[in-house]
Amino acid sequence: MVSLSAYLVVAACLFCIGVVGLFLNRKNVITILMCIELILLAVNINFVAFSHFLNDLAGQIFVFFVLTVAASEVAVGLAILVAFYRQRRSIDIEDINTLQG
Amino acid sequence: MLETAFFYMFGGFAIAAGLGVVLARNTMHSVMFLIFCFFNAAGLFFLLDAEFLGIILILIYVGAVMVLFMFVVMMLEVNRAKLREGFLQYLPVGGVIALILLVELVASVSSGVFGSAQMQQAAHLGQDINNTVEIGKELYTRYLLGFEVAAIILLVALVGAIVLTIRERKDAKYQNISRQVHVRKEDRLRKVKM
Repeated sequence: MVSLSAYLVVAACLFCIGVVGLFLNRKNVITILMCIELILLAVNINFVAFSHFLNDLAGQIFVFFVLTVAASEVAVGLAILVAFYRQRRSIDIEDINTLQG
Repeated sequence: MLETAFFYMFGGFAIAAGLGVVLARNTMHSVMFLIFCFFNAAGLFFLLDAEFLGIILILIYVGAVMVLFMFVVMMLEVNRAKLREGFLQYLPVGGVIALILLVELVASVSSGVFGSAQMQQAAHLGQDINNTVEIGKELYTRYLLGFEVAAIILLVALVGAIVLTIRERKDAKYQNISRQVHVRKEDRLRKVKM
């Protein structure tokens, strides 16, 4: 049988990989969004693991909400990216500071 | 025994795919690795008796969100070499931060509080228990407010994404409904004496 700590270690590894990815791919907005997805996935694994081991469904409900927010975040983020690309013909993150007005 | 083997398979593949997302040179390959990672995470969810969430992860994430990513990656013409510039510049800082975080997390997780001796080993639920039904019962009673808020968030995101990307074409011809309705006979008709 697999213990809870094993699941938590997997989630911790995924979380740290996501954090490293944020630092490494600083120029690529799409990869940054994917790293955020990875971090949220690690959080979701934690939620589901605790939900299973504590025998409480609340964790799974929260995963549901996290998925909702992550999906809408991706939709809006990619929409901003596409709109920005139409203006600038590039998605270089150095240019994006022009968004501040 | 089989469960342990599956756990190591899913967990190992998930971590390997996560590394692939971060390190892949091509953004498209990153998207593919992330899809693989989601599949393996869904496998972990299945092992944890969360069938509904596993299916949701595959359907919504792989089927919708990652396809959206793929669409954007293919649509935008990205200068790949420029994106890789300074790739290793922040590796020391990021690596140190992530390593400290990893050591802290793993140390606290395996300190014995969450081990198999302390946490009661959860038995798998019986076949007569339907995960979807149970989630539905909770979601529509105790978490109804959260459910409604989630629905509103999705609606706002939908409208926002459409408004951000809508493009009015200048060469297209549109009807001006108000002018069309307010037109009088005199505007259109001209009497000519022959």
